[in-house]
Amino acid sequence: MKKTNGKKLNKRNVKENISSKNGLSKRFESTYRVLSAIMIVLLLGMLVVMILGMPPIGYAQNPDNNEVAARYIESGLKETGAVNIVSGMILDYRAFDTFGESCVLFVATICVTIMLRMDGGANSSKAGEDENPEAVTALKKKEDEDTDYEDGITAIKTRTGRGVSRSRRVEHLKSHTFENVDSSFFEPEHDTILQKCAKFIIPIILVFGVYIVLNGHLSPGGGFSGGAVIGAGFILYLSAFGFEDTERFMNAKVIKWVTFGALLVYCLAKSYSFFTGANHLESGIPLGTPGAILSSGLILILNICVGMVVACTMYSFYALVRRGRI
Amino acid sequence: MLELIHDNINDLVSVLLFVIGFADLLFQKNMIKKIIGLNIMDTAVYLLLASQGYIAGRTAPIVVDGITSTEAYINPIPSGLVLTGIVVSVSVTALMLSMTIRMYKKYHSLDLDYCLLKSREE
Repeated sequence: MKKTNGKKLNKRNVKENISSKNGLSKRFESTYRVLSAIMIVLLLGMLVVMILGMPPIGYAQNPDNNEVAARYIESGLKETGAVNIVSGMILDYRAFDTFGESCVLFVATICVTIMLRMDGGANSSKAGEDENPEAVTALKKKEDEDTDYEDGITAIKTRTGRGVSRSRRVEHLKSHTFENVDSSFFEPEHDTILQKCAKFIIPIILVFGVYIVLNGHLSPGGGFSGGAVIGAGFILYLSAFGFEDTERFMNAKVIKWVTFGALLVYCLAKSYSFFTGANHLESGIPLGTPGAILSSGLILILNICVGMVVACTMYSFYALVRRGRI
Repeated sequence: MLELIHDNINDLVSVLLFVIGFADLLFQKNMIKKIIGLNIMDTAVYLLLASQGYIAGRTAPIVVDGITSTEAYINPIPSGLVLTGIVVSVSVTALMLSMTIRMYKKYHSLDLDYCLLKSREE
């Protein structure tokens, strides 16, 4: 690989290579494929041999059904008050594990924001104008900073707002190649079918998500799955009604404070036990009758916190990928 | 032999899925397809973990009628572990997709080899 693609080659040679097949020589290609196939077969053989030595699935005598699982099942209801044993396990016995998961989601949001943020401090006011229909009278052209590679293609990124008429868009579309057109060209605007369906279905989705979150200790579900459903509802709302409407209740500030607040509540609710010897996780809240919605102490609160974090994370992933900022 | 395969059918399917995902990682050049391969590998791990906790004839670990005997429910621990795995997989997928977007913006291609070649030229 080094030999064929090293710096010794001049640009013409490299170009020929690129045009021949994906930039790599054929010899390397075939060697790579053969080696990959051998590796895959070896991996498959190794794993199958391992699997056939494992205990068969479905028997109670298997070594993984040990005293830990028995303890969770036998005294989980009594100690945590949660009918759903898995929920009681992950939000009471192993609450720190779940706190770590929420933090992983939070850190992933931050990383994606760092990777995809389009507007620096200087450009943010420009981007704000774009959302305003009256402000967009002419097409704004902005040079993409990353595209000065050797072909000399200087892709011109063109931003258009909602105020630009359809004929103007079509005209613009014809005069530019696919690469140079901003992705906002292909977004539906005021799609009637989508909006009518969304009006009907979004309340159902949101109510169902809230139900899953609030019933996390009673039935299958909990903060993660319910939060994902709520986030999907927000994403559908964004697809149907656009950023202008969605920003009334989901903007960067709201997402920041909701995520921060939820993580802070979770942290305060569970980390005090470090100061009391890290031995017990008593909450002091009465456990209530098993099966009632207001039962199982802290688990309901923690489920709501996790649900808020997950919903905000899902929405911000989508918004970041779509337009470069939340 | 056939009986052995029948006993471990879940494990075998998960191994097959894992290998399919790994082959996807190795053979595809498109970054999106590589990410899909990694997600298939994740799914294989979930299947392996979740099937380890299964015990034939028992129900999901949600207490019914106050019965808290070990004989009634399956093992709840693998379910919790799978949840952790799903969360991490979502985060990793989002991060990889955002990196792919950056790569596409710089090199105007999703082909990893092409982009590596371009970056070596610079």
